[in-house]
Amino acid sequence: MKIFEKASVASRKAFLNYGIVLVFFIVFQTLVSTGNISSALKGQLIPIACYMIMAVSLNLVVGISGELSLGHAGFMSVGAFTAVIVSSSMAGSSDMSSLIVSIIVAAVIAAIAGFLIGIPVLRLNGDYLAIVTLAFGEIIKNILNCLYVGIDEKGVHFAFNNPAALAMSATGKVIINGPMGAVGIRKISTFTAAVILLLIILVIIQNLVNSRTGRAIMAIRDNRIAAESMGLSPMKYKMLAFTVSAAMAGAAGAVYALNYSTLVPKKFDFNTSILVLVFVVLGGIGNMTGSIIAAGVLVVLPELLRKFSDYRMLVYAIVLILVMLVTNNEKLKGKIDTFFKKLRMKLSKGGRK
Amino acid sequence: MLVHLINGISLGSIYAIIALGYTMVYGIAKMLNFAHGDVIMIGGYVAFFALTSDKLNLPAPVAVLLAIIVCTILGITIERLAYKPLRAATSLAVLITAIGMSYFLQNSALLLWGANPKAFPDMFKNAEAIELFGAKISPVALVAIFANIVIMIILTLFTTRTKMGKAMRAVSEDKGAATLMGINVNFTISLTFAIGSGLAAIAGVLLCSAYPTLMPTTGSLPGIKAFTAAVFGGIGSIPGAMIGGILLGVIEILARAYISSELADAIVFGVLIVVLIFRPTGLLGKQIHEKV
Repeated sequence: MKIFEKASVASRKAFLNYGIVLVFFIVFQTLVSTGNISSALKGQLIPIACYMIMAVSLNLVVGISGELSLGHAGFMSVGAFTAVIVSSSMAGSSDMSSLIVSIIVAAVIAAIAGFLIGIPVLRLNGDYLAIVTLAFGEIIKNILNCLYVGIDEKGVHFAFNNPAALAMSATGKVIINGPMGAVGIRKISTFTAAVILLLIILVIIQNLVNSRTGRAIMAIRDNRIAAESMGLSPMKYKMLAFTVSAAMAGAAGAVYALNYSTLVPKKFDFNTSILVLVFVVLGGIGNMTGSIIAAGVLVVLPELLRKFSDYRMLVYAIVLILVMLVTNNEKLKGKIDTFFKKLRMKLSKGGRK
Repeated sequence: MLVHLINGISLGSIYAIIALGYTMVYGIAKMLNFAHGDVIMIGGYVAFFALTSDKLNLPAPVAVLLAIIVCTILGITIERLAYKPLRAATSLAVLITAIGMSYFLQNSALLLWGANPKAFPDMFKNAEAIELFGAKISPVALVAIFANIVIMIILTLFTTRTKMGKAMRAVSEDKGAATLMGINVNFTISLTFAIGSGLAAIAGVLLCSAYPTLMPTTGSLPGIKAFTAAVFGGIGSIPGAMIGGILLGVIEILARAYISSELADAIVFGVLIVVLIFRPTGLLGKQIHEKV
């Protein structure tokens, strides 16, 4: 306990996050091993962990760096399709090593994409930046829709917008088939691997945020001109946050893709980007704990609402609007606070009797 | 070539009408109204049922008018219920609420009218395609272009000549000062939403006439593209929305015809990015310099 008392507020918060993730892992792992879990929810475990990674990585851009990004799913899809190609070309290797190499390559390629996209994007401000990230997300989706990849004994073949250009030998097989997406993916993701990745990413983000660099990023967010006059380069630090975030989204995409046997580029459209943004905003901007919890709850919520079947997305929308209204409207907030105060007073009075 | 150009201008006119709704709302409330695309879809459905249901079977102009009225009321209601309580909140909170509203409208439509696409009836059955310099132009295309011009003229006159229009510009420039001058800010914002949603209804009917499949998600992609058009021209600027919309439509149709239909959207967004690199606030957007 003494260690905890000595630890700073920041590192206590960090340990809280690791704790939440570990509890989440242990609870669901026990449920799975004892068979007390519905198959629908069991299938959601890896996606939940991936969305948690997506949420914390987007929070790095939206919360810490203060730029609204509407194209985060684009990086996820870059990572996902990179991982599909890498894992297929490593067909001879063990699942474990294929998964690790796939994740690393996916993160690197997504980071490169993030860097290249960051060059034009980060020159803009506010809503213009948001719309350009949206545009890049859509462009990535469109390009992947035209991508054909095949593998035969000579190696990996790429073709663009023309499946015939693959020019494969008779034994070759197509692994990415344009708008039909990736087929015959090796399903090598595991829940444990996804949670370990989530923990690694949390360690990286929390150390980044509490470092000199992280403070520089936040200084630029809070007042760009003041930070610039202190000698900080906004472009450099924003780019760092953006690229790191893209790499993490790529890694999440890799784990996500290798959990399914088929995957279409359309999966990572504007709506997915928005979904992740909703996790970040509902969890609290800049709050990593909030992002994790919001991602977990909001992925599971539609599953839990399955009873309402047709109405579940409608209920989801209403819940979303109401939560935003209640948490952001001063009047409503005040009313709720006084309601709880009265309730507490009544309870404590009742206790005295 | 001429056919593609005119089809492009026609599609662009529809984008421009939608973009006007985005840009006016952004100019006045500084919010990205993501539910705007879904108001278009609702407008389409209202017109569809007014035209096809056995009980109503209304003539086309009345159906369009009905769609406009329903969408206007819907727009005002959305603003009152979801956006007005958040006037003081961060723009991100409002954005998420707008997205929630967009989900709400899409899923309501899904429940009410099902996921199956509906074939929108041809409102211009009696009109024939017009030949112009050897190119056949559909009546819908001409109506869209004509409607766009009329709307543009009316809106320009409205914002520059009438008291309400001046109030609208005042509110978009400085809410606080406008309040002090005795302008009813809440009413002005409601009015803006009303006009934007009414325009969305017109755009919805035109869109469904040009591309006659109607689904709960019909509005989302045109909505995003019109939003792009608004940014392209400089968000907050009415002539900007018009130019942005038409350019976007022309680029899209030409890319689809001459390069690749798969990549048309990517090209449209690519052009947007190039424009924003050289003009970071859009073609006609105001450059705001930060003062320290």
